[in-house]
Amino acid sequence: MKKFIVILMLAVLGYYLGTTFYSLGFGDARFEHGVKDYYLENTVSQLNVANTITSIIVSFRGFDTLGEVTVLFLAATALGGILYKKRHHIGDRSVLFPASSIVRSGSKLLFPAVILLGVYVFIHGHLSPGGGFQGGTIVATGFLLMLLAYQDFTVSHHILSFVESFAGIFFVAIGLLGFINGGTFLQNFMPVGTLNDLFSGGVIPIIYILVGFKVAAELTGLIYTVLNEKD
Amino acid sequence: MIYLILVFFLLLLMLGAAVYAIVQKDLLYAVIATGVISLVLTALFYMLQAPDVALTEAAIGVALTTIIFIITIRNTVRHEDDYNKKDDLKSAIE
Repeated sequence: MKKFIVILMLAVLGYYLGTTFYSLGFGDARFEHGVKDYYLENTVSQLNVANTITSIIVSFRGFDTLGEVTVLFLAATALGGILYKKRHHIGDRSVLFPASSIVRSGSKLLFPAVILLGVYVFIHGHLSPGGGFQGGTIVATGFLLMLLAYQDFTVSHHILSFVESFAGIFFVAIGLLGFINGGTFLQNFMPVGTLNDLFSGGVIPIIYILVGFKVAAELTGLIYTVLNEKD
Repeated sequence: MIYLILVFFLLLLMLGAAVYAIVQKDLLYAVIATGVISLVLTALFYMLQAPDVALTEAAIGVALTTIIFIITIRNTVRHEDDYNKKDDLKSAIE
């Protein structure tokens, strides 16, 4: 009897799923050209964004980006949970090879330049190739350089988690503000400005800067956790 | 024509590096080979006019993943043959 009910429920579920997917019409005539034409036409006319890929990632498919950021957050949290040790001695790294003076001087020289490059990449995400993810990773690489060169270089986990939560909350808040004018989640509600300006594209640069901060904080915390892990 | 030859050469290089990474018993060399794969892939993405993806691949594939793997090797064992399941289990329990 139990099995019969389960099979019946599965059949009902399968029927509704099947009809839903059938009515979507994958490979139908209306999907012949895909949605690329819509994106290409509306990126400039609606949003004034020079980089079409950024407009797709942050605006048209912004919900996916929120999911990606969440996945990264979960991965960093899981790693931190696995490698968590109660007794932490600062500067007591498991990778205990002293860096040579060439590496130390080079890292000190390169660190500001790398951070500047990362920030440039995510601030200009809507104008040139790159964006929040790429810029955030470059910033994290700069911190990695300093962590490898100087054994007493530390980053504060409190500041990292604060930056990360702050960026995540503001991302969702800006997404919810899209409902104001009767729009959808992550709908643009700010003036779009002129094409190729730094202040253009409505909420897109703001969201990408937040994503950049979030990714940078997450990856820096991840590297710091791995480096401080010891048996 | 020269573009096709270049793409073919880069693909061959990627394939070679991947096979090397599998065959090599020294894990440090294997990790460097995966880094080479990412580097070649970056060039390929750039040639296929996808600079956004190329930047991502360069930042994550070449720099971050390689270094995290090297730190992991530093903390565990370097040679594949050194891996001893019994010792590993013992240290995991302790």
